[in-house]
Amino acid sequence: MRELADSRSTHAGVVGPAGAIQSYPAYDLQSVRFRYQSRGSDPARWVLEDVSLSVREGEVLGVVGPNGSGKTSLLKLMARLVTPEHGRLDLFEQNVASMDQREIARLVGVVQQDTQQLFPFTVAETVLMGRFPHRTRGRWVSGFGWESREDVAIAEQAMLAMDIVHLAHRTVTDLSGGERQRTMIARALAQTPKVLLLDEPTAFLDLQHQVEICSVLRRLKEERELTVVLVSHDLNLVSQYCDRILLLHHGRVARLGAPDEVIEPNVLETVYRCRVLVDRHPESGLPRVTLPGRCMSSGT
Amino acid sequence: MQSIQNCLLPEKALFIHEAPLKQTPPTIQSGSCAGVLPRESCHGDSARGLVAQGAILTSSRWLATLGMLALMAIAVSVICLHFGAQPIGYGEIVRVVLDAMSRKPVDSEVSTVTSTILLQVRLPRMLLGFFVGCSLAAVGVALQALLRNPLADPYVLGVSSGAALGAAVGVLLGVGTTVLAETALPACGFAGGLLALGIIYRMAANSGQLPIHSLLLTGVILNAIFSALIMFITSILEPNRSYGMMVWLMGTLTAPTYGGLAGLVVYLTIGLVLLFSYIRALNILALGEDTARTLGIDTERAKRSLFVLAALVTGAVVSVSGMIGFIGMVVPHAVRLLTGADHRLLLPASALAGGTFLMGADTIARTMISPAEIPVGIITALAGGPFFVYLLLWRKDRLA
Repeated sequence: MRELADSRSTHAGVVGPAGAIQSYPAYDLQSVRFRYQSRGSDPARWVLEDVSLSVREGEVLGVVGPNGSGKTSLLKLMARLVTPEHGRLDLFEQNVASMDQREIARLVGVVQQDTQQLFPFTVAETVLMGRFPHRTRGRWVSGFGWESREDVAIAEQAMLAMDIVHLAHRTVTDLSGGERQRTMIARALAQTPKVLLLDEPTAFLDLQHQVEICSVLRRLKEERELTVVLVSHDLNLVSQYCDRILLLHHGRVARLGAPDEVIEPNVLETVYRCRVLVDRHPESGLPRVTLPGRCMSSGT
Repeated sequence: MQSIQNCLLPEKALFIHEAPLKQTPPTIQSGSCAGVLPRESCHGDSARGLVAQGAILTSSRWLATLGMLALMAIAVSVICLHFGAQPIGYGEIVRVVLDAMSRKPVDSEVSTVTSTILLQVRLPRMLLGFFVGCSLAAVGVALQALLRNPLADPYVLGVSSGAALGAAVGVLLGVGTTVLAETALPACGFAGGLLALGIIYRMAANSGQLPIHSLLLTGVILNAIFSALIMFITSILEPNRSYGMMVWLMGTLTAPTYGGLAGLVVYLTIGLVLLFSYIRALNILALGEDTARTLGIDTERAKRSLFVLAALVTGAVVSVSGMIGFIGMVVPHAVRLLTGADHRLLLPASALAGGTFLMGADTIARTMISPAEIPVGIITALAGGPFFVYLLLWRKDRLA
């Protein structure tokens, strides 16, 4: 019981107003437009249009929006898995387009939505792969070579943070969705990135691990000035754990600001086209979203 | 100096259950790591923790596994040299081979016939089998990681038949009879293999990765088209050449000259060493292409190089031994069960095991209905085909 009480008070502390945040941007996007290549003759519709925003260093930014609003594409742009057709994307004041893939990998860790694994790597091996961008060998950089003791120590720290040390010897093909998700986040943490991009990090997680992972992210932000951009459908989670929230609608920025400014009934109702109730979280005082008792679409 | 909890778990309450704490090595003293990700490693014991669980590949496990496989290869090679139309005693084999290696004149106790059979017929053929098996298994491993598909294999994908078509065109144009034969035929095979891989790559490039059914379908289509063209070429050759080509196509090892063998070995070694230079990249490519890019790999370049290397090695192998199938699929699967998925061990171990497997299969091929011979491709297909069906039908969950 006491432990539970402890954890409650800790969480309240964690989600309280963050300390002084520098206004130095981790990411800076200027009127970015992006669309996927179309197969037919008509040009594909824009997935992101005129997106301008900056992500401050050391902030946790939540990205929300209805299905198809461009959340994942935005994340892919930031990871340079795709490149914008127009506009400019800067990472720590360097144009991403001119950066080396490995340079980006040393700064940015990415966890994508569930990635089914086919090959029986152990959890520890998978997490250790996060050390790959930091390898120091010369010519045969992608070839043979062992990880250093430091690499192993860092990987183990990341595994500890994600609570997967006891799974170290299990193969990733045998894990449950949530365990695999935590392994992938640990792998990204082992990159010792300055920015962490997460796509639906809590989608497969049980309540305990949802809370734990969000708390670890907050802690990393506070201690390491880690910048976190996380895409989620869970408005409550985003409201409780993010410093700012970006609400996307049809590939455009609908709102960007503190949870209080974004989680507003009229804003959400326009974007999601569904009536919602917004009240206050009893502990943190931050906005909390509830679906109406008998919604026109899906009742809960 | 921070306590152990402060070092690792500044907010102990985050970890509501105690499991991770029990795993924490008790001897941590350094206070240098304020967070989850220390700049300096804050303890040396954790490394031992992972090693003790066998969770990561260590140099000692690497050496032990490869040493064991190398010993097995040597043992199998001696057994293979023993069998034949006329069995040769193990003592004699060791003596003749050691003498030949130290360039001593042949021991008078061993008859010259025996040593000629050993050194001019069985040994070069066995070595050829070993290197062919090595290369096919290594290429299989690389293609599986690259296409993210455990069923990939140069034979199944149609790379072998592409290479065979290239070599057959070479024979048709007459390069087989020129002085250039030893370099020109592998080059023709390389071109054919690259063409096949290029087609597979084009189909893969659309979606980033290739689902199993379209991969197999591509293989079936390519195999059908290439076999038709090969049959056409065979049909217009004069009868004695077309018979030779048919036997070659079925996958046959014949005793090469040492000069030819040396040329092939140099060619394959270059290919395999370059393949080995991508070993860690293969690990990461196996996680998926997007993930590999976020870990700093130039995936387009890596894929291109690896495809060219795979075609190079397959082309050379097919031009000397024809279409020996399934080694590139069966061997890596079996070895993966033994070594785990890390390519630093999987690739060399599969190469050794593939070489050993083909030496053994070829011994069966040349002794089973002695004095006649079966093409070794038939033996490997009979072993590999059912295994392939087993994987496809009963292990579907692993193939995505």
